[in-house]
Amino acid sequence: MCGIAGFFFDDRQRSTEDTSLRAMIGAIHHRGPDGVGFHVEPGVGLGHARLSIIDLAGGAQPLANEDDSVWITYNGEVFNYVELREWLLTRGHTFKTHSDTEVIVHLYEELGDRFVDQLNGQFAFALWDRRQRRLLLVRDRAGILPLYYAEFPGGIAFASEVKALLAAKWIKPELDPTGLDELFTFWAPVAPRTVFRNVMQLQPGEMMIVGERQRHKQTYWSWAFPTQGEHRRAPQGQLQAELREVLADATALRLRADVPVGAYLSGGLDSSSLVALLKEKVPDTLHTFSIGFDDADLDESGFQQQVAARLKTQHHHMQCSHEDIARNFPATIRHAESPVLRTAPAPMRLLSGSVRKSDIRVVLTGEGADEVFGGYDIFKEAKVRQFWARNPSSAWRPALLKRLYPYLDITSAQSSAYLREFFGVGLDNPADPCFAHLPRWATTAQCKLFFADEWRAQIDGTAVERFRSGLPRMQSWDAFNRGEFVEARTLLPSYLLSSQGDRMLMASSIEGRFPFLDHRVIEFANRLHPSYKMRVLREKHLLKETMRPSLPSEIVGRHKQPYRAPDAAAFLGDNAPGYVKELLGADRLKQYGYFDPGKVSRLIAKLQRARVSAPRDNMAFVGVLSTQLWHATFVEGCGDL
Amino acid sequence: MSTALHDQIRSFILENYLFTNDPSALALDDSLLGRGIVDSTGMLEIIYFIEEQLGVKVADQDMIPDNLDSVNRIAKYVQSKR
Repeated sequence: MCGIAGFFFDDRQRSTEDTSLRAMIGAIHHRGPDGVGFHVEPGVGLGHARLSIIDLAGGAQPLANEDDSVWITYNGEVFNYVELREWLLTRGHTFKTHSDTEVIVHLYEELGDRFVDQLNGQFAFALWDRRQRRLLLVRDRAGILPLYYAEFPGGIAFASEVKALLAAKWIKPELDPTGLDELFTFWAPVAPRTVFRNVMQLQPGEMMIVGERQRHKQTYWSWAFPTQGEHRRAPQGQLQAELREVLADATALRLRADVPVGAYLSGGLDSSSLVALLKEKVPDTLHTFSIGFDDADLDESGFQQQVAARLKTQHHHMQCSHEDIARNFPATIRHAESPVLRTAPAPMRLLSGSVRKSDIRVVLTGEGADEVFGGYDIFKEAKVRQFWARNPSSAWRPALLKRLYPYLDITSAQSSAYLREFFGVGLDNPADPCFAHLPRWATTAQCKLFFADEWRAQIDGTAVERFRSGLPRMQSWDAFNRGEFVEARTLLPSYLLSSQGDRMLMASSIEGRFPFLDHRVIEFANRLHPSYKMRVLREKHLLKETMRPSLPSEIVGRHKQPYRAPDAAAFLGDNAPGYVKELLGADRLKQYGYFDPGKVSRLIAKLQRARVSAPRDNMAFVGVLSTQLWHATFVEGCGDL
Repeated sequence: MSTALHDQIRSFILENYLFTNDPSALALDDSLLGRGIVDSTGMLEIIYFIEEQLGVKVADQDMIPDNLDSVNRIAKYVQSKR
């Protein structure tokens, strides 16, 4: 992957400032340490920071077609570029390089705006058609790679990261109250919104066409599901064979690189499945990387070692302590460019750093399998709640929730009255497209208790209502599919692939690749009846059965463990770094104006004396601290604290 | 009627769930669940508080909203067990 940045002026006579472009690319040097390139002409600037993965000698950018009428600056990989190139050669195109990037300009010449349908990959790019004076900004289908833009008087700027937009000085760094409100509800603002006021992002699967005083967006791909009753059903053996074939091909395509490729291994079903598929293609030395924690509840080292031993990989393990998280948290926020409610991105950045120390430059990960194959507890929870909603007065229907959350048994708080309050949110409207997510969002939104009153007053409406009003019609879809769609629109692109994904990988100049998010895999899974994903309350049924022969039985049979890292505890010990106390002190809280100092001080006191650390107190603490860090970093311009 | 016991319970909830010392933030009959003031972990903390600070052991069968869902209900429950 790489970094891109550039701008377009509505007035073609406006002089183009080369220095702005250089500053923008300089701000995202970490995304592409292997070289920089610029193309500037009246009204347009394209910049590129290169991480060399394919065609190491010839892939410099920005690059153009045969007659320099189409230019591109491009971040990502088109994995089927070999096949596309062969086809374009038969159509008479001449290539100057062997890169996947050049395929795109010729494909655009050949097919116009529909060229993007032919791309299998992960990408964010700007394509400049100088004859028509139009700039296309395009983001990949699943939202693996980021693409931000900001409009300013007389033009628009775009970049892989917001810090590049800020470097051009056309916009001021300010926190957007509505963006933060969404983050404190969904864990991240929903595209096109970001936490920066006046900075937007393309949605996954979206293209923006920029002309002089014209901006037009269109969706070229979206998660879509069959109408209820029209799902695909077939003998399970046949579906397993088909799934194995499409996954194997998605994995093989993602091995195309001119640098060594490895994999992340968490010890769960998804990454273990991926490593098993990879091992078939890379029979010799396959490098796998994993992270472990001192807290036994969060640590998966045993499972990681088990899979590495069974599949005979060259395994690299790193242990992450509380101190590691606290020390690296400011840099994590600088790279994520967003507050977060969990510390989980911090260890991911340390993990990519450990990959960088090896020869590996590309890692495949299992991200996306939970969304595509129905792995999250929230999907099970929604299934039980749908069942309960048919008879809301039933005492035993909600008791099924105890199967999902065995810890409820500990407290005896499992009486139907309690379950009704915790999980009964929205029970009166099971057709609501957000039905599956309402309990989780309601819990997260409790963190807004800490907002300062003046800040809260600036929020425009409620996050859930805003989100709901932007959803497509999906009443004809199965409830399970509606939950998958909402997940794919919210947490996946805006948090998992961004704050916890692209940003933490690119912080160490490592490229991540995601076979489960190959659009052919998504489309295959989306056509299936939900029972192939969730069999009664057993998640990822088809994927498990497909991969069972290749994996230890303990891995296939284990309950899904969400990836989590130590939260508030990492910042409250005797060795906590000085920035924590400084940023959470009453003076600094009052100065920034986002949070109520009295409430924050009580929260800290509670966490320090608590023997049971409530998840929402942890989320609130990490949210407050990371927002303060965000302000210090981007508004005050502090380096890493 | 607000007694010292009611005040003690209300202070605990204000301090630990609403992060304030303003008594007007919580009426004695406010539902802790209905207002989203406590979640499942929160219930665990309230039970610890009743057992350790108020000296009443809470039996499994007593852990129901009728006994624990407001300041008044907790006070009434604690008084009945003393």
